[in-house]
Amino acid sequence: MEVAAAKALGAGIAVIALAGVGIGIGNIFSALVNSVARNPSARDQVFGLGILGFALTEAVALFALLIAFLILFT
Amino acid sequence: MAAGGHTIDALGQFELATVFGPVGASVRFSQSNLMMVVAAALILALLYFGMRAKAVVPGRLQSMAELCYDGIYSMCVDQIGHEGKRFFPFIFTLFFFILLGNLLGLVPFSFTFTSHIAVTFAMAVMVIVLVTVVALRIHGLQFFTYFFPAGAPKLLAPLIIPVEMISYLSRPVSLSIRLFANMVAGHVMFEVFASFIVMMAGAGVLGAIGAIGPLALNVVLVGFELLVAVLQAYVFAILTCIYLHDAVHLH
Repeated sequence: MEVAAAKALGAGIAVIALAGVGIGIGNIFSALVNSVARNPSARDQVFGLGILGFALTEAVALFALLIAFLILFT
Repeated sequence: MAAGGHTIDALGQFELATVFGPVGASVRFSQSNLMMVVAAALILALLYFGMRAKAVVPGRLQSMAELCYDGIYSMCVDQIGHEGKRFFPFIFTLFFFILLGNLLGLVPFSFTFTSHIAVTFAMAVMVIVLVTVVALRIHGLQFFTYFFPAGAPKLLAPLIIPVEMISYLSRPVSLSIRLFANMVAGHVMFEVFASFIVMMAGAGVLGAIGAIGPLALNVVLVGFELLVAVLQAYVFAILTCIYLHDAVHLH
C-alpha cells in the first residue's frame, strides 16, 4: 500500500510543473492579444508565431504529464 | 491504480500486435505498419485523384490537393527562403505522414503510429542528419563556425561552444518527444475519461446520470485532439524548416 500511495504522491508532485506552463502560455497569449491590438494588420503573421510558441510551451506540460503517467501506470 | 475494483489500463492501447494472421506474424507486420501504409496510400490517393482532373476551376478534391500543396510550399519558401523549394518534397512528405498518422489515430479501433517513440525518433534523426549533411555540403568546414557566433568574445568560447553543441544535439530529442508525448497524453486522457464513464455507470442510477460529465468531456477532448493533431504535424514541419534555414544560412 505504501508503494501505491507513494506513486500517487509522486504523480501529483510531477505535475507541479504545469504551474510554470500555465504562466508561460498565459504570457504568450497576453503578448499575442497585445500585439494584435496594437497592430491589427499584423494579425496573420503574429498568430502563427503565437501558435508555435504555444505548442512549444505545451510540450513542457506534456513532458510532465508523461512522467506522471509513467509513475502511475508502469 | 485500483478504484472500486476496476483498473485503468491506460497504456494497453499502445501495444503492438501483428495483423493478417500467420503471414503478418512471420514478417512481424504490426498494426502500426498497417496504419503507416494506409496513411501513405491516402495521401497518394488524394494527390492522384485530386490532380487527375486538371481543371482550371478546381472541384472539391482538386482544391483540397491544391490547398495542401500551396500551404506547405509557402511555408517552405517563407521559412527557408529561395532554397526552400529544394526541400519542399521532403517537408511535404513529412508533414502529411505525421498529420495522417495523428488523424487516423483518432478513428475508433485504429492505432496511432506517432505514439511510438521509435517512429518519431526515427523521423527526427532523419531530419537532423539531413540538416547536418545539407550544412556540410553548402558550407563545408565553415559549418563549424555555427557553434561559435561571430563577434562573441573569445574568452567565452569554452562556455558557448559546449552550450551550442548540446542545443544542436538535443534537437532530435525534443522534436521526437514533443510529438510522441502529445499523442500519448491525448490518448491516455481519452482512456482515463472513458474508464470514468464505465465506472460511474456501474455505480447505480445516480452514477449513470453523473457519467454524462466525463462523456461530454471526452467529446470535447476529441475536438481538442483534432486541433493537437494538426498543430503537432505543423510544429514538426515548421521546426524542420527552421533547422534547414539555419543549415542553409548559418545564423
